[in-house]
Amino acid sequence: MPGLAPAALRVVLYEGEGSTPLDPGQRLAALVALLAAGYQVTRVVSGGMVTPQDSGFILVLGQFQEGLPPVPAAEHREGRLEVRDVAGISGVGIAEMVEEVRAARGVEAPGSWTPWFPVIDYGRCTNCMQCLSFCLFDVYGVNDASELTVQNQSNCKTSCPACSRVCPEAAIMFPKYKKGPINGDVVRPSDLQSESMKVDISSLLGGDIYASLRNRQKTARKRFSTERDESKALLERKRCLKKLQKNLDIPDEVLMTLPSVGDIQDRARRAKEKHAKRMARSQTVQDQQPAPSVDDWGI
Amino acid sequence: MGRMSQAKETRVVYCNCTYAKVVPEDVKTEVLARLSQSGMAFDAVADLCEMSARKDPALKRISAAGEVRIIACYPRAVLGLFRAAEAPLAGDRVEILNMRVAAAADLVRQVLPAAPPLKEKT
Repeated sequence: MPGLAPAALRVVLYEGEGSTPLDPGQRLAALVALLAAGYQVTRVVSGGMVTPQDSGFILVLGQFQEGLPPVPAAEHREGRLEVRDVAGISGVGIAEMVEEVRAARGVEAPGSWTPWFPVIDYGRCTNCMQCLSFCLFDVYGVNDASELTVQNQSNCKTSCPACSRVCPEAAIMFPKYKKGPINGDVVRPSDLQSESMKVDISSLLGGDIYASLRNRQKTARKRFSTERDESKALLERKRCLKKLQKNLDIPDEVLMTLPSVGDIQDRARRAKEKHAKRMARSQTVQDQQPAPSVDDWGI
Repeated sequence: MGRMSQAKETRVVYCNCTYAKVVPEDVKTEVLARLSQSGMAFDAVADLCEMSARKDPALKRISAAGEVRIIACYPRAVLGLFRAAEAPLAGDRVEILNMRVAAAADLVRQVLPAAPPLKEKT
């Protein structure tokens, strides 16, 4: 995802006063092609209501009865408004024209990233942070209000809904997932029961996922040194991963990109440092507060 | 999230869910075709998920612009997407129609009550 860039380009099909409406086939073909290419399209008619403009680039297309309308200087919006006549141009031709204008203006092309990421239902989320502990790709974070947040959407692995399955409240949605309630469908009591039945990674690993991973590594080292049966251990690991993969619906590609134990420990160390820094900063801020007065104490 | 009257001030936003194949193609196509045929103004967006991830300012415009009827997917997901983009929708001013479960004919009836009924598919 290109760094949370603002809207690329808004296309306005103008069919209001002073213009001839587009041919129905031309309009639909243009809409289909533009939406498929990732553009936002607004159809404007006389007396109709659409969402207002913002500071982004707007391309107005229409069949203007008296040539291109003059755009008042105040409406030029620092060159972020362009008007084109599309009379006699097919729907697909209109989409091609938009693409040319976008490229010429140097506006970022839409659709460079598949939008797959978790969406939190804050009406259900209890801020338990299980998802944050579980996700190995730094998708989750905590905001200034100590509330769970999705901070790195583009780190999320496409088609992997695993974190939503460890949420005890079914509060994590992936709107493009095939089944409910993960896709945003209503959460029924039976869903919640089955959600909690699925996998509670935290309790499975004894509460602290990182400590458990360290213990597992120690145990594995011990076992390797005594048994020296690497192939058996690898087989066991593979079997465990397969089971986990099936339970959590994790795509193969995600398992292939899992960070190593070292990476996870490193990340945990960085998180601890960050937390310690934050605590120190917050302590300093508290210390800088003036001492409470007699009035503050209510004396 | 109550049903809204067909007020003239109600904006219509259609989400094409361009980057996934979870909305039935025939429903999407039919609804877009009917909107396009109608004489009404509307906003069509390629993908609300993508806009939410980018915190697209358009979502703030939509949430702040009064009554809106959003034709997309599950209401819980749509509300979450707007909130994630720091553009929370007010429950009493939004109606979300779900193309993942509703039939095209029902959706068209709700958005364009004056439109002639769709022909039954055989």
